Order: sequence, then C-alpha cells, then structure tokens
Amino acid sequence: MINKTINQKAWFMVLPVLALVAFNAIIPLMTVVNYSVQETFGDNLFFWEGIKWFEDVMRSERFHDALGRQLLFTLLILLIEVPLGVGIALTMPRQGIGVTICLVLMALPLLIPWNVVGAMWNIFALPDIGLLGKMLNGVGFDYNFTQNPFWAWVTVVAMDVWHWTSLVVLLCYAGLRSIPDAYYQASKIDGATSWQVFRYIQLPKMKRVLTIALLLRLMDSFMIYTEPFVLTGGGPGNSTTFLSIDLVKVALGQFDLGPAAAMSIIYFLVVLLLCWVLYTLMMRNETN
Amino acid sequence: MSSITLKSLQHSYLSNPQSEEDYALRKIDLTWRDGGAFALLGPSGCGKTTLLNLISGLLKPSEGQILFDDRDVTSLLPDQRNIAQVFQFPVVYDTMSVYDNLAFPLRNRKLPEAELDERVQRVAMMLSIQNQLKHRASGLTAADKQKISLGRGLVRSDVNVMMFDEPLTVIDPHLKWELRSQLMRLHQQVGFTMIYVTHDQTEALTFADEVVVMYEGEIVQIGTPEELFSRPRHTFVGHFIGSPGMNVLPCEWYDGGAVFGGYSIPLNKNLPNPASTSNLQLGIRPEFIRLVSEGIPAQIKRVDDVGRYRIIKAEVGGTNLNIYASEEVEIPSGALHLDFDPNHTHVYCDGWIHEVKGQS
Amino acid sequence: MSIEFRELSKQVYGEVHISHTDLSLNPGVFNVLLGPTLSGKTSLMRLMAGLDQPSTGSVWFKGQNVTGIPVQRRNLAMVYQQFINFPNMSVFENIASPLRIQKLYESQLRPRVEKVAELLKLTPYMQRKPSELSGGQQQRTALARALVKGADLVLLDEPLVNLDYKLREELREELPRLFADTGATVVYATTEPHEALLMGGYTATMREGRVTQYGPTHEVFRKPHDLATAKAFSDPPLNTLKLKRTEQGFEGEKGLSLQLPPFQNVPIGEYTLGFRPHHLRIQCNGKDILELSGEVTVTEITGSESFIHLRWAEHDWVAHTPGVMLFPPGEKLELYVLASNCLLFDSQEQLVPAQV
Repeated sequence: MINKTINQKAWFMVLPVLALVAFNAIIPLMTVVNYSVQETFGDNLFFWEGIKWFEDVMRSERFHDALGRQLLFTLLILLIEVPLGVGIALTMPRQGIGVTICLVLMALPLLIPWNVVGAMWNIFALPDIGLLGKMLNGVGFDYNFTQNPFWAWVTVVAMDVWHWTSLVVLLCYAGLRSIPDAYYQASKIDGATSWQVFRYIQLPKMKRVLTIALLLRLMDSFMIYTEPFVLTGGGPGNSTTFLSIDLVKVALGQFDLGPAAAMSIIYFLVVLLLCWVLYTLMMRNETN
Repeated sequence: MSSITLKSLQHSYLSNPQSEEDYALRKIDLTWRDGGAFALLGPSGCGKTTLLNLISGLLKPSEGQILFDDRDVTSLLPDQRNIAQVFQFPVVYDTMSVYDNLAFPLRNRKLPEAELDERVQRVAMMLSIQNQLKHRASGLTAADKQKISLGRGLVRSDVNVMMFDEPLTVIDPHLKWELRSQLMRLHQQVGFTMIYVTHDQTEALTFADEVVVMYEGEIVQIGTPEELFSRPRHTFVGHFIGSPGMNVLPCEWYDGGAVFGGYSIPLNKNLPNPASTSNLQLGIRPEFIRLVSEGIPAQIKRVDDVGRYRIIKAEVGGTNLNIYASEEVEIPSGALHLDFDPNHTHVYCDGWIHEVKGQS
Repeated sequence: MSIEFRELSKQVYGEVHISHTDLSLNPGVFNVLLGPTLSGKTSLMRLMAGLDQPSTGSVWFKGQNVTGIPVQRRNLAMVYQQFINFPNMSVFENIASPLRIQKLYESQLRPRVEKVAELLKLTPYMQRKPSELSGGQQQRTALARALVKGADLVLLDEPLVNLDYKLREELREELPRLFADTGATVVYATTEPHEALLMGGYTATMREGRVTQYGPTHEVFRKPHDLATAKAFSDPPLNTLKLKRTEQGFEGEKGLSLQLPPFQNVPIGEYTLGFRPHHLRIQCNGKDILELSGEVTVTEITGSESFIHLRWAEHDWVAHTPGVMLFPPGEKLELYVLASNCLLFDSQEQLVPAQV
C-alpha cells in the first residue's frame, strides 16, 4: 500500500473544487435541512416546527404510495437489467473487429441526454403513430401508455432497460476480459459444462464489478426523474409517479417547502440504507 | 496412458503462411513412448508452448497429425483426448473447497460418491494436502494451489497424458525442490506419460527421461540428459544446457586435426575432413577442462566463487572461456595451463556436430 | 554514500513486515538482500526509497536523516520485477526521460543516452516501443533508465526473476559491472543464493522481516551466525540433524551416536547440525568423518550431477553428487560428512564456533 507523502501545497489545488462542492452540494443540503424543520409562508418568515414535517411525511399515504411504486420499479429494474447485462456481456466477442463494433453499440444508449431518451420513447410508444405503439396495437394488444397504468409501467421499464442495461454490460465485460485464458482451458479439460464455467469461474471473478454495477443501478433507478417525467409525466393519474417526481410536485408544484425538505432527507436516507445493505451483503465474503 | 506420435506436424498462427518464418512450429516428426517423462526445453518464443497446446487440443494444427497410441486425435477437443494440464499459474475454483476442487472433474464424469471420495483422499495424501481438504481453495499459498491443479489431473483414471506448462514459475526456490521431487515420485508411482515444458534446464534435466530441445520452432536435439550434456549435437544445445554453457571456440582444421589458438587439440576419434573449413568451432564444457602444469597457456581474468564450485574466466589468445573448478581444487595465480578432455571435445561445422557417419 | 537504518520497523494493520532493524549498507558496493518471498525484502526497499514511511525508527542517507523526505526528492533509481517502461515512448525516449526531468538540454542528453544504450546492448532498438521488444530487452531498457540517471542509490527488486534462465545468466554477469563504475550504492533483492554468490560484494540475509546477518557475501555464506541465515543461503535446502550433547558425545534419534571433534567442548544441550547438500557424500576420504545413513526417496539427474533425496527419521535430506548416479527408491545408502564441513547451531539457533 502506498502511503502518499504529505504535501501541504495540495490543499491549494483542492480549494476550487472544495468551493464548488460547497456551493453546489453542502450549502443546498444544509438549506434543505434547515427547511425541513421549519414552516414558511414566504417573505422569509420562518417558524420552528421541529420534527412535525418528518412525522407528517412518514404518515402520509401519498408518500407510502410513491415509495411503494419506487421500490417496485427499482426491483423490476434490477431483476431485468442485471441478468440481461451479464448475459449480453457473456455473448460479446473477445477478439477481433466485433469487439469494437459491440462496444460502440453498447455505448450509444448511454450517450443520449436523458430527456431526449424520454422524448424518444414518448414518440416511439405513441399508440397511433409511434412504431412500437402501432405495432403492439396491430398485433392485438390494446396498447395505450397514456391511459393504461399497466402499459405505462411496461413502457417506462422497457425504456430504462434500453437506456441503462449497457452500463451493466460494459462493466461486466471489463470484468470478464480480465479472466486469464488458462481458466477456460483448465475447465475444458475438467469437462465442465458452460453453466459450470459460468458459475464457478466467470461469476466469482466478476463479483467486484457486478457489485459496482448493482450499486450504480440501485442508486440511479431509485432517484430516477427525467425519463419517466418526460415520458408519462407521472401518469396516467399517479401510476408512474415515482418518489422524485412526487417530491418535485410537492416542492415546486405545491410549494410546500417544509414537507418537501423533510421528504428529501428521508429519501436520501433510504437510498443510503439500501446501498449500505447491498454493499455489506456482497462484500461480506471478501474479507475471508 | 498412451504413446504419442506426431506426424509432419506444423503450425502457423497466420491463416495463410507463405514462408518458413510464418510458422511458429516447423515440421516435427517424433514418437514418445507410453509412460515416459518428457521435457520440452527452450528459450521464450521457441514454440514449446505451441507444441504443448497442440498436443492438448487447445490449438488445432495447421498441418499434420497427432496420434495417441494409434488413434488419430487431431480433430478431437481437449476433454475428448483425456489429458490433464497444469498451467503456469495455479488455476483453482476459488469458491469451492479443496475437496470439491479435486472432486470436480470426477463429478462431471458422473463417478459414484464412494469411489470419488476414495480417489480424492488418495490423491490428497500423495500431494500432502490431506489436512486442507475442508479449506477454501482461495486462501492457500501458490505452491498448494499448484498442487490442487495437479491433483485435479491425478484423480482421473482416464488420463492419457499429463502436461505441465512451466508450472513452477510462481513457486519459491526452496519449495521448488519439494514440488519437483514430489512430481518425480508421483511419476514413479502413477506412471502417466508426462510432458513438461520449461525454459529452466535444471527442471527439464532432472524431470525427464528424454528432453526435446527447441529453438525458433524447430527441434534441435532429442536425447537423455546425459546425451545432451556429453554430446550436444548443436552449439545451441551446448550453450543452453549447463550453467555456464559449453565453451564455443573458433578453430581451424589442419593436418587432419583441430587447432585452437595455435595449439593442436587432441580428439578421441579419427574424424574425416569436414565439408567446409570456414565455419568451424570447438566445443568443450567448462567441466571438462583440466588445470595442468603443462598445456595451453591462459590468463585468468576473474574467478567467480559459487560456494560449491568456482568458475574461472580465462582468456586464450583473445578468446574467452570458462573453466569449472570444484571446491577442493587449488587455482594457481597468474597464468594457467589447460588441458581439454579428448572424450568431451567436439568439433562443430556451421553449428552442427562433426562426426563420423554412423555415430549416434 | 551509505544508507543506514536505525531501529527501523514497519507494521501494517498489526502485521509485522519489518521488525527492529539496525543496518548500515556499504557505499559503492553491490549489496544483496537475500531471503525467501515475504521475508521483507521489498518492504525494506520501499522504506529505503521513501515510498513507505516506517512505523518506528529512521532512515539515513549520506549522513542525513531522510525519513520524511518524499521519494521525488531523493536521488534514487529503482527497477522492478515487472518490466516497467513508458509504453508510448520509444526506447530512446524512455532512457532519456529522467534526464529530461532534470532539464538537460538535448545536446547534453543525447551522448549520455547513447552511451548507456550501448552498455546495455540496446543500440539497434532505439526507435522501438516497449511492446515491440522481448522481455529481456524491456528489462534492459528499464535498467538503462536507472543507470543513466546517475543516482546515488539504485534499488533493484528481483529484476531478473521474470526472464528466461539463460538471459538471467547473461544479465547477472553484466549488472555488477554496469553499476560498479557509477560509485552508487546498489541494493539488489533476490531469493536465489546462487545469484548472491555470483553478484554480491555484500549480502544481508533476511527472514520473516528481520535482517539475520550482513557482511561480505562469502563470509556470510561460509560463516552464518544462525540457522536462519544458513537456511536462506542454501539452494538446495540445508540438511539438518537434531542432536543432543551428552557426556559421551552427540546423540541423535534411532540410537545414532556421533563424535564431533571440532565441537568437543560444547556444553550439554540440544543442538542442530547443518551440512550442505554437496558435503553429503556417498563415499569419503579424510579424517573425522561422520557416518550417517538414509533411505532414497527419489533421485534427480541432470546430465552431469545427481540430487539424491533421502529420508532418515523425520529428516529429509538432499545429497548433491557429481556424476550420474541412479538409485532406486527405497534403497538404503551409507552417507558421509566431513566434520570440518559441519555447522553446529545451539538451541537458540546461533552458530557454535568450531575449535580447530
């Protein structure tokens, strides 16, 4: 382990970044904490409320609904994207021109601005003129994502899978590439089936990378805003109103700063808790 | 167990080889008998790993055939050839215990548990890892992991050939002794045909009954360790085997005999005149140069003391040569007189040994 | 220009990597650190370089305390086991890089780089990139980079271990000569006693984080202070025999009784006898011969010598004899060692000097 030697001058180099982070993150965070324990009617009048907002939010059915939807969404995302991503990574070629082609293809969805993704899928899924919408309706489904909650969910999930599975693929692919050939050769000689090669060689060697992929998708999907907002606006009704969309409605729509601030903090803590739990579970064997 | 025959085997990594240089492995014809221990010895890039992978089936040859006993296995996959291979660095299934690692190939071949257990226990005893069967494979030392790799090959009863691709590379020197002698004992007990690839001459010579010395894709000499030591057929073999290797000295042909540095060198046989006298060399190993009171004069440049023996770096008329002196021999200071042992002095013409036709 | 350690130690998470060490390495000399893997050689080198800070103690260089000084400010060069070169630069650029950092002009730089390249036989490859070179050439480039810097301290951490056997022989001869002329203090880490004997002016043997002995290489080899040093300096491994000194002489297991004339006056107690594999003979002349026996487990033959592995009462021995001698496993052999070739270690594993 390299112990970096102490260089006081380094602090000066870091100062601009510190200032930026302070301005963009710490100060707003402190502001939110401030709001969460006070009531305001505008005009800079603040009244101390203590933990009232927190209690309100925790008890509100609306919050529970949004949280429930969010958890379901994240669960679906993880259940689909991680195995799919691993599967695609396994089939990607490891040598030759195919490697470059596949990597570029996989990277493309990640490069598109998120609101554009939402807009794209919006048009794509329009029941009358969108390619997907028209096709599904033509095949016999009664497809309308703006009116039918089930289809709205299907479309939102499909959009996220299309957008983000590539991340899992790229990470897992990197992990797979680092496995030396000798392991595959030895397993061939041992007479292992492809499933055994996957279970005993590829999966264990990918463990670290997979953890990162899972954590990233967990956090990002839990905080998702732009794409579903552009696609469905939270509708139909509030069937696709995930936590962040709800939060924005409360904060900016209703201008209930206090409850919104309290909700933000609870939101933040929930994400933190989930990540910590997942990380601990996956890393539990590493220290052996 | 089976014998191995290579027929006109050649391999190129390019899809359309045009000339000799495009081949990683040039035409090889040889037969290895059943149950022997063989080594492929040569510097990096000489083609020994290519040859090993062709025999194991991990590579398909561009041309030629490979036969196990009389069966043509050239188009068979590795697990159909019934081989076992140990690689340069240990390959173990990290998530399994040592026991499960050893049992893995047998479970894949659907062996009944009772027989499986007996085999695993026996092999673990042979390798002295019976106390670690319950441990997870990932926490062990490199040497123990290599033993597990080895064990996975030993548990199977259907192994025709066991192959080793520089297996002691990551092992500490003093553990190398233990593993090497264990390998030898295993070979004596089990009697598999074993092929061992290495660039370390000590490993090759101690392990093998017969060594194949390779250089740039070609086989230069095949012989027992003794033959390679006493009668290298090519100056490369003379140089590569032995530490330090054979002295290769410029020489001339005069009056039916060899002349070095102006001195006539006695040889123990009557050699015919060589085909060309332009590229003649004299080969003699440092171990066969004696220090005498009257002989070829030489100047000592340096003496390297390695404890058990010393290497005298001397010079005769501008040519450097090495002389081996064991611990007890006294080295005179200043000038030396040398005598070349006629039984171990060889003449080389264009690198190849010059000898009477009919001599092996 | 010597490097000195005073009361140096290093622990990482409670694991002792280097235990209490006082050592002074000689300047202008090839110093070898000899020991098995994980004995602390690399940790010690990193402390010398300033890549790590010691837990206690200090590092002194040329009479000055350099313990806190970062590695960039120390005048040193280091070569590793893995061939480390700048992958995008040609050989010429690689060798020139330390000089460029020192802000030398092109006209001053070029002759130095060319001279060093010639010393390391790299002149035909100057324009190639490291990926186009063989392993030996890549390591030569790394060595050239270390040499051209003209540093006062050169650290070589097992630089030959990833090279082919014959390449190692070649470089082993060249290395001491290359660095001898610079007057730098050179420290070379290795696990092979053979290398230490061939290269080193001075050797420090290490075992489990401790320096067990430091001195001129051949002295450390012939007169090890303790069993750990003797073991580190032996390849094949040192043969040992547990003995008890009694009124009558020395007694071992299975009723073995020996007389050791050079050690007649040692006090009663437990001892370990050590003798090197090439001193264990199948036949022997001379006076004061110890007679032992053993059962052959396996014989290894190179073309010119044999290693006979033997077993006697829980001891595993190796006999290294010239010539080709094949003994079948299970055969019992009579073995001989000259008493003058024996090393005796007491119960604290310290060497007991022989009385001649």
